[in-house]
Amino acid sequence: MNAGLGDAADIIGILVSTISVSALLIWVERRLLAVWQDRLGPNRVGPLGLMQVAADMIKMFFKEDWIPPFSDKPVFVLAPTIVFITMLTGFAVIPFAPGVGIIDFNFGLLYFLALSSLSVYSIVLAGYASNNKYSLLGGLRAAAQTVSYEVFMGISIMGVVMLSGTFNLREIVEAQRDGWFILPQFFGFIIFLIAVIAESRRAPLDLPEAEQELIGGFHTEYSGMKFGMFFVGEYLAITLSSALVVTLFFGGWLGPWLPPLLWFCLKTTIGILLFILLRGALPRPRYDQLMTFGWKVLLPAGLLNLLVTGAVVLSLHS
Amino acid sequence: MDGNADKIEIPSNTPAIVRELTERLNINDFTVQPTLDGITTVWLPRQNLRATLQHLKFQITSPYLLLFDLTAIDERQRTHRHALSDSAFTVVYHLLSFERNDDIRIKVALNEADLSLPTISDIWPSANWYEREVWDMFGIVFEGHPHLRRILMPPTWQGHPLRKEHYARATEMTAFSLPDERQEIEQDALRFVPEDWGMRRRSEESDFMFLNMGPNHPSVHGAFRIALQLDGEEIIDALPDIGYHHRGAEKMGERQSWHTYIPYTDRVDYLGGSSNNLPYVLAVEQLAGIDVPERAQVIRVMITELYRLASHLLFYGTYAQDVGQMSPIFYMFIDREKVFDILESITGARMHSSYFRIGGVAMDLPQGWDKRIREFVNYLPARLDHYDKLVMQNSILKRRTQGVGAYNTAEAVDWSVTGPGLRATGLAWDYRKARPYSGYENYEFEIPIASHGDCYDRCVVRIEEMRQSVRIIAQCLENMPEGPHKAHHPLTTPPPKARTLHDIETLIQHFLNVSWGPVIPAGESCVTIEATKGLNAYYLISDGGTMSYRTRIRTPSFPHLQMIPMMCRGMMIADLIAILASIDFVMADVDR
Repeated sequence: MNAGLGDAADIIGILVSTISVSALLIWVERRLLAVWQDRLGPNRVGPLGLMQVAADMIKMFFKEDWIPPFSDKPVFVLAPTIVFITMLTGFAVIPFAPGVGIIDFNFGLLYFLALSSLSVYSIVLAGYASNNKYSLLGGLRAAAQTVSYEVFMGISIMGVVMLSGTFNLREIVEAQRDGWFILPQFFGFIIFLIAVIAESRRAPLDLPEAEQELIGGFHTEYSGMKFGMFFVGEYLAITLSSALVVTLFFGGWLGPWLPPLLWFCLKTTIGILLFILLRGALPRPRYDQLMTFGWKVLLPAGLLNLLVTGAVVLSLHS
Repeated sequence: MDGNADKIEIPSNTPAIVRELTERLNINDFTVQPTLDGITTVWLPRQNLRATLQHLKFQITSPYLLLFDLTAIDERQRTHRHALSDSAFTVVYHLLSFERNDDIRIKVALNEADLSLPTISDIWPSANWYEREVWDMFGIVFEGHPHLRRILMPPTWQGHPLRKEHYARATEMTAFSLPDERQEIEQDALRFVPEDWGMRRRSEESDFMFLNMGPNHPSVHGAFRIALQLDGEEIIDALPDIGYHHRGAEKMGERQSWHTYIPYTDRVDYLGGSSNNLPYVLAVEQLAGIDVPERAQVIRVMITELYRLASHLLFYGTYAQDVGQMSPIFYMFIDREKVFDILESITGARMHSSYFRIGGVAMDLPQGWDKRIREFVNYLPARLDHYDKLVMQNSILKRRTQGVGAYNTAEAVDWSVTGPGLRATGLAWDYRKARPYSGYENYEFEIPIASHGDCYDRCVVRIEEMRQSVRIIAQCLENMPEGPHKAHHPLTTPPPKARTLHDIETLIQHFLNVSWGPVIPAGESCVTIEATKGLNAYYLISDGGTMSYRTRIRTPSFPHLQMIPMMCRGMMIADLIAILASIDFVMADVDR
């Protein structure tokens, strides 16, 4: 199967809902962190502070959109759009429910990996074009971190591919009817989780922006809507990553009683909350520690997982 | 010094250390000055300075290893002065020996025509900044100093502020303006030029990047700049640049009455609140000969320890935050807020309560004061246990801080490190135990130590100190004596008022002491306390007036920052942030 699923209405529906979910996440994250940190969080604008999102957006739109005179202007302007667009197009292959989605690629998983690699350019270019030393350091960190964690990400999901025998995300979900892949692929799941956090540069692996060290890293010089794109891009990345974790390891839309779409949304929400909880709980490792951990722990573990899965699959087939 | 010189006669009342110096160095130019604080004070001529200091540090048994303070006094307008200080300026070296538990103060007189001294920055590395400060403030040249530049004042400053002829108030000057060209000049002067500090721009393999961290940066805890020489993310060298928070606190001491200076002290270590008042009022009381009643002493200890808790809680939270852990600071701020609630109900203010007075405290404890404290004393230890699990046992945090920014006891002492940073290296030396003040000898508590002297251990020591502070507060709670909260002495502030309407003498005394402030008898006194961040001392000189003649504030954070380059060479930027967090400094405490 390699066909478009949705019509224009579907596409627009998914586009609007993913962007609004990502925008809403700004509020969700702030409120949740506040609850976990014995604070109140934004609770003034609208009921429960829900309109905070609107207020934030208005603020961002009307802020001076400053392009530093010392920057590399075309690249500076282009950089934030890359992360926004790649993350958004990533949603095209997500199987929300049977029949709900934009496109059904046979190589859906590879498509996701390709897009997540592309999004790195956004950070590296932003860091380089800002012509600011902190941004440059942030860009350097991003390049090293994301390039290496992509490797582990790719390896970690190969176990899933072996078990299901396909790169098609819908078929991967269907292959989990007898049991979610979280059980046979537990190590794969852990590695994938760490890798997507590193890929989406979320705390505690937010080294490229590391507010306490690099002030804001790659986006130090950004303001207004360009900063907003990085901001929403990050939330898009979280949503996309959670959706993918659910698809690959938690049976996607599968589940009893409730409609499949609801199941998918429910699981994805839990994934997102996990992301936020991790941010609230953990300190940030040092740059070289992160790299060492990746190459010396995650890579061998990923390969071992691959070997064992391969052996088991082979013995079951023969 | 030739070995076969004549035998020198030593007067019988000479202190043992001076006797030893005279015999060993074969110099008989030592003159001993009697002081109120009991610190052996020795005048010596300039040419003997280095030999004497070297001897005190390297040669005698139980040496004076710590350069506690190095400062100067402008003597030109002083009326009550020591016979030897007929010269214009006096430079004061204050040394401390842990083994002897004793201090010695060396004074060198200089006349105006020849304001120079040999540097001792090769004997004590920490003398580097102190000598720069003395040059900046008094214009005294230290020959052989590697970088004798301004340290607290802007590089373009004219004059030396702590000289008596230098103005102290804006009203003594014409109106200030900053035209564009002037601003350009000022900004240019602040530009960091690596060559000025002997740094190279490139090595054989790579070009170095120079990064200005600060004066505005989220992790430098105030207005503080560190110029970094980087190879990638590795720090080759660092140059701390201070002075952005300088507010002339010492100069103001010469323009405020003894009483009205108390609120200024709160703002020196602004996280330590009234614990800053303590060394100041103790020094004034020593000059005035006031005995503080027991209740006031216990109240002071209790308030000081509460402020120590507030300061350490803030340290703990920012420490975790700087390592990238987001949540702990919020929990610790909630606890700190509880401390401030208690302090507010007792003193009327949260952070800068200025609660201590010459002779006691501002007012008696309010009714029911013990209820909140009792609740808090029962509440905090469990929270600290919880934080141990959350922060200190976290493996990422351990990896970020263990073995990072480590120094041993000898290095710490060489760089004049005091307080928790020194105890983290394993030296159990706490001023409250070694030389108890305000009745600390009556309390049961331990001196927490650690052994590695790294970022992690500095935090461990402070956490344990919090537990000990809770212990001390609990003892204050159970043993609060009855009695007056202020001494009945004419020089206390505000002065006793009860009999003012009964006899004219008391009324006059009260009127004068309130309007002019008390006249404190001439003399010199230096009182040190174990403040939240290390040893804090006020060295006060009274010339028998309503204001101090010279107020020297020895703060712990000043030397601590000087050590940063040595701690962070070869580390990464993230390590530097952890190091800064673990030092626990406050820029007002550095720049004054």
